[in-house]
Amino acid sequence: MLKISNLVKSFPQPEGGSICVLDIPQLSVDEGEQVALIGQSGGGKTTLLHLIAGLLSPDEGSILIDGLELTKLSEQGRDRFRAGTIGYVFQTFNLLPAFTALENVRLGMTFGSGTTESDRAMDLLKRVGLGDRAQYRPSQLSVGQQQRVAIARAMASKPRLLLADEPTANVDPRSAETVLELIRETCSEENVAMLMVTHDLQIASQFARVDRLDELNQAFEDQLEVS
Amino acid sequence: MNLIQIAWRNFCHRSLSSILTTLSLSLGVGLVVLVLSVYGVINEAFTRNASVGYNLVVGPKGSPLQLTLNSVFYLSQPIENLPYTEYMEFLSKSERAKLVEQFDGDEELAQRGGRYAPFIGDGFVIPLALGDYFGEFRVVGTTPLFFEKLRHGPDLEQTFAFSAGRTFKDFSEEHSYFEAVVGSRVAKEMNVGIGDEFFPTHGDPTGHGHDLGFTIVGIMEPTGTPNDRAAFVNLEGFYLMDGHAKPIEEMPAEVIEKPRTEPESTESGPRIAKRDDYRLLSIPEREVTSILIRTENIMFAPSMQNAINEGIRSQAAAPVGEINKLMGLIIGPLKNAMLVITLITCVVAAVGILVAIYNSMNDRKRDIAVMRALGARRSTVTSIIVYESLLVATIGAAVGWILAHAGITAFSGTIEEQTGVQVSFFTTSGNEIWILPLVIILALIAALLPAWSAYRTDVGSNLSS
Repeated sequence: MLKISNLVKSFPQPEGGSICVLDIPQLSVDEGEQVALIGQSGGGKTTLLHLIAGLLSPDEGSILIDGLELTKLSEQGRDRFRAGTIGYVFQTFNLLPAFTALENVRLGMTFGSGTTESDRAMDLLKRVGLGDRAQYRPSQLSVGQQQRVAIARAMASKPRLLLADEPTANVDPRSAETVLELIRETCSEENVAMLMVTHDLQIASQFARVDRLDELNQAFEDQLEVS
Repeated sequence: MNLIQIAWRNFCHRSLSSILTTLSLSLGVGLVVLVLSVYGVINEAFTRNASVGYNLVVGPKGSPLQLTLNSVFYLSQPIENLPYTEYMEFLSKSERAKLVEQFDGDEELAQRGGRYAPFIGDGFVIPLALGDYFGEFRVVGTTPLFFEKLRHGPDLEQTFAFSAGRTFKDFSEEHSYFEAVVGSRVAKEMNVGIGDEFFPTHGDPTGHGHDLGFTIVGIMEPTGTPNDRAAFVNLEGFYLMDGHAKPIEEMPAEVIEKPRTEPESTESGPRIAKRDDYRLLSIPEREVTSILIRTENIMFAPSMQNAINEGIRSQAAAPVGEINKLMGLIIGPLKNAMLVITLITCVVAAVGILVAIYNSMNDRKRDIAVMRALGARRSTVTSIIVYESLLVATIGAAVGWILAHAGITAFSGTIEEQTGVQVSFFTTSGNEIWILPLVIILALIAALLPAWSAYRTDVGSNLSS
């Protein structure tokens, strides 16, 4: 499903030069597999997800998703690919405040598959337990409810790979359990592969496969050597 | 959800800013529509009124526009007067002979037809004598032919109708010389009715009053023409008022004095006068201010106009042409100046759109980044910004148009009363069709900067922030 080889990404520094934040020789996720990736804050977790989502371009390396080489696509191509293949759950939910819960889910479909199946959007909301909150705006929902809407939105366009960026970081521990369960269940039901980054070992322990970014990322080792 | 729905949601989400921006644009559009409508009303009023069934107006040499304004619109001051013999140049030999016999003129005048009579044929010639006022309204000395021949209305098919009474008539013992007909506005504003008598003032509204009064025998229905604000009196009666006779050296002073006796009064109706009560002015003593002319064939009008204008005494003006010149020279540029000012208002409103949307870009960069992460392309988020600007423009234009036309409709009664032009909510000027495209272009230009900002929004940094 996802195969990363020799992926390198660096960012320019204000004082000149650049700093390499990611150097991952190998990482793969199988179809329907759920992987937790543990890493420290500032360890390049979000950057890795942005690279896989095609929001950033790597300096070097290959990102193969469903047999398609992402790094060879143009920006438009990556947008199109992301819309049809990848679902994204953010740490801060990032629901659009102007839209109701149902509309936020439908937006995922609008930009994703290009369809606006109201039934699917509503089904997803019901599956995350918010069928009765469909017309609520994000500001009218609790933090946990917002994250559940964000999960429904990420699944709306029937993605093949779900990227979750610390989805439980901003919710209380009880809600975190619920949110995590929801994500995993939904992905299982739809046979969606999932790569979730987190710094929470307890959350990660619930996954069958847990990778450590500091072990995968050679740039991290280099930084340690420098320091 | 389509992009317009998304843009609409954004519009509603920032409701206060959106409404204020839309309102400022709608005021700009409303002003443009008002300027166009007011110009349309003025244009139609002048054009309609410039043509009341005659082709030419003849008067003394001078400004043809002034001649048109004072003879057709009863505005401005008369240039001078023409000798009555100039009026007779438009009459046939028999008509001239009749006048010579009736008013004691040079016999030679009866020996030939008028120089321009062949052009007239079955048309008509109506003399006007101006110079007096009834209150602030012009008194027009003329003949019953004025009401018989002239027409008004959009197709120039309507004869003058009377809401009360009738037109004045040529002299008879029953009707005398002192009958008058007043326009609808004169009757209303001067609060006069049938049987009332008024005494014209000389020279200007505050001038001294003549001793001779005119009895109102007819009140005209509103026509939407300048005739609504004029008082028409029998030309012979007009001549009989003191100071209206052209002084002639050889005329004995005792002959000039008039009237010789006071007419008898009756209990009701106009005063009874006998022809011998007054000494009618002789032809040399008579003058006309202008002459309204309709040629038998409209094709003759330019030839006759040229012939008259080549003479030394008179000029002929085509009212429609003069009004078109007036519109082109004065009112047109004035309209353009007003339009420029109001268009600047629209541009300022468009800048308001730019500022409102651009200022919101900082707040919505994260939203844009989220949309991008959900799969929206750069062009998609750019389009949403453009649609938002277009929504403001379209709603602003529609609201502005509706406000302006509602305002016009609210004053439609007054407009019709003052100008005769009927306006309704859906009365539009041709140029209004350009407002929406123009506003849309302005909105597109205003959207460029925010849209570019949206296009360049960095997804990674805004999602991480």
